[in-house]
Amino acid sequence: MLGDPAPSYALAMADYQSWGRIPKATASAVRRVYWRSELAELDLGSSAALPYGLGRSYGDSCLNDGGILIDTSPLSRLIHFDFERGILRAEAGLSLQQLLAVAVPRGWFLPVSPGTQFVTLGGAVANDIHGKNHHRAGTFGRHVRRFELWRSDGSQQECSPDQNAELFRATIGGMGLTGVITWVEIQLVGIPSPCLQMERIRFRSLDEYLALESESSADYEYTVSWVDCMRSGPTRGLFQRANFAGGGTPRKARRPLCVPFDLPSFALNSSAVKLFNQTIFQLQQSERISRLTHYAPFFYPLDAVRDWNRIYGKRGFFQYQFLVPNDAEEAFREILRRISSARQGSFLVILKKFGNIASPGLMSFPREGLTLALDFPNRGQATCDLLDDLDELVQQAGGCVYPAKDARMSPASFQAYYPQWKEFSRYTDPQFSSSFWRRVTAGAVA
Amino acid sequence: MKRILITGATSAIAQETARLFAADGAALLLVGRDSDKLAAVADDLRARGAEKVETEIVDLIDLARCSRLIDEAVEKLGGLDALLVAQGTLPDQAECEADPLKTLFEFSLNAMGPITLLLRGAAYFENRRSGCLAVITSIAGVRGRKTNYIYGSAKATVSTFLEGLRGRLCGTGVSVVDIRPGFVDTPMTAHLPKQALFATPESVGARIYRAMIAGDDVVYTPWFWRWIALVLQLIPRRIFVKLSI
Ligand SMILES: Cc1cc2nc3c(=O)[nH]c(=O)nc-3n(C[C@H](O)[C@H](O)[C@H](O)COP(=O)(O)OP(=O)(O)OC[C@H]3O[C@@H](n4cnc5c(N)ncnc54)[C@H](O)[C@@H]3O)c2cc1C
Ligand SMILES: NC(=O)c1ccc[n+]([C@@H]2O[C@H](COP(=O)([O-])OP(=O)(O)OC[C@H]3O[C@@H](n4cnc5c(N)ncnc54)[C@H](OP(=O)(O)O)[C@@H]3O)[C@@H](O)[C@H]2O)c1
Repeated sequence: MLGDPAPSYALAMADYQSWGRIPKATASAVRRVYWRSELAELDLGSSAALPYGLGRSYGDSCLNDGGILIDTSPLSRLIHFDFERGILRAEAGLSLQQLLAVAVPRGWFLPVSPGTQFVTLGGAVANDIHGKNHHRAGTFGRHVRRFELWRSDGSQQECSPDQNAELFRATIGGMGLTGVITWVEIQLVGIPSPCLQMERIRFRSLDEYLALESESSADYEYTVSWVDCMRSGPTRGLFQRANFAGGGTPRKARRPLCVPFDLPSFALNSSAVKLFNQTIFQLQQSERISRLTHYAPFFYPLDAVRDWNRIYGKRGFFQYQFLVPNDAEEAFREILRRISSARQGSFLVILKKFGNIASPGLMSFPREGLTLALDFPNRGQATCDLLDDLDELVQQAGGCVYPAKDARMSPASFQAYYPQWKEFSRYTDPQFSSSFWRRVTAGAVA
Repeated sequence: MKRILITGATSAIAQETARLFAADGAALLLVGRDSDKLAAVADDLRARGAEKVETEIVDLIDLARCSRLIDEAVEKLGGLDALLVAQGTLPDQAECEADPLKTLFEFSLNAMGPITLLLRGAAYFENRRSGCLAVITSIAGVRGRKTNYIYGSAKATVSTFLEGLRGRLCGTGVSVVDIRPGFVDTPMTAHLPKQALFATPESVGARIYRAMIAGDDVVYTPWFWRWIALVLQLIPRRIFVKLSI
């Protein structure tokens, strides 16, 4: 019947890639886990194994070239939902989209939400993800009450801040290397409605931006900014802040558009991006707008275009997310200058100030400071050189880069950003590894 | 639709349909053969808002047991509004060809069990002059293909049976829904290489939910399989036997 919604399709083996589609990797096998009870018989042989969620990591942290991927996405059952207290226990393959579909009608929301709903609970824990409310809520892992971890020795252990606490700390932000998370129990937050009262304000310099952040952090749960990185001169962009609103009627979420094939590379040349940024910036007619918005377009604007990563064409793209401490503002300005003068950046540039709430994971990326995330279409060596330069600046400033979005940092950079990696490697499952892990620990002895 | 019996309730497709009924606050009796899996499905449906979820561990090759399930559901749920038959196996064709008893076993599971349930269900709903009988058959039942005719003919048996039953129940207010999915990415097809035509269990499960509520009769899902079925039916026999599909 023509009225049916478009069916969504299954993954073929070749589809087990990462979101940036760099590097290309081929697993020797994919084991899909449909039932928690199947894990007891999971046969990994002697290959290195790695859990895989929905592949929304950009680089190679969710890839295992030549090894086995354990696809946990069919594990999407709820186990218990305390409607009164907002405590949800669910299998690790449940996507945040599926979770919200169940939770929002009952007045509950994710305590921390990334920029897409298409990530699994397991993936959210394994990268200890952050959201627009980091200054108020910290990372996702802070709201995890407990989870169960399956290890290749066949053991199944419950972990919480008081039970197997070290494994709990290592697994949050542990990039899938400590075992398979089978279920997760999280504390949701209550919301008065599915809508947010949102304000969007133009800024024309980094100082203006910082002033907006400090004026907003106490009264606004969510803040995030979009920055135009294609212009030389002062940093300009749009600052957004929002809180869930009581009452009101949201607009109905639209069916997602989709990019059905890879776009040719000219679609993203620098003048096209420049034009796009110019348009976005000027589309907002007034200095500030204020309106009621449904949570989906506010939190997940990119989900409105399915497979948007295809706009970068076959060669894929790099995403680079770094942070520097607050006292390294000068370094941050220098990095911005470097990016805009290189003219390689694209339109998806997100700026956010992390608060001082400590991350619970041993390897978690978020710490207090300024963080910027941006895409770079893959232009081969030129792009890699630029990112190496940025790494040097980030390192000098005492910052770090987010592994979930990385496909290229050197072992030296990684080990400087995460000196605790040796301690972490004591907790990894001896049979687990990833393309990322092999790359960033190459040549080192743990 | 408040009270629903699902047989083969651990099926990936049936779970998706059940989730939608659970969100509506339905009461469900889930029948399957594996207690761990059944418990996991039951927990899921409770947490999604089902008013009541009962489980029953049954090997559905047992036809005598199949014939009692409608009564059990009526008793446990305090009545019944719909039956969804989802169990099925995709047997190894070569093994079946070499072993008639295995063929009959598979035939029994895929056709005789469903027919047993349908006859009991039809009697119950006909009396009440309302209800919904739904079975997941398959696109494979549309023609006998040499690569898959044992599974296909069992499904075709059920489809033909449903067509007749629909005639019998016409005007009684009972709907008879024949769901014919194409390739769906589930444990049943885990061993097959995935190509572009594979749909997800979510989309197929949601289509079944809508078809049961609307009381549709024959449903191809995803929708384009209707046209593929039509083309298959139009291929002349002399050519069809030579095709390696
Ligand atoms: C558009 C977009 C916006 C994003 N916005 C944000 C953001 O705002 N903040 C942020 O922090 N991140 C963001 N991300 C990154 C994303 O949230 C993370 O990469 C997330 O971990 C992806 O989850 P996934 O389920 O797709 O897992 P995958 O990418 O498949 O895997 C990620 C890691 O989790 C591990 N893993 C997966 N499942 C399990 C399991 N069951 N047990 C153990 N380990 C497991 C894998 O081994 C891998 O190391 C964004 C990504 C996209 C595409
Ligand atoms: N997947 C496809 O491409 C496709 C296409 C067309 C039609 N179908 C039909 O869709 C229906 C559901 O299948 P699915 O794709 O969702 O696959 P599935 O998840 O493997 O479901 C098959 C179900 O049948 C159950 N079953 C098999 N033998 C049984 C027995 N003796 N007693 C009790 N239960 C038994 C299985 O139980 P266990 O979990 O205990 O094994 C399982 O729950 C089937 O009728 C199938 O023929 C599937």
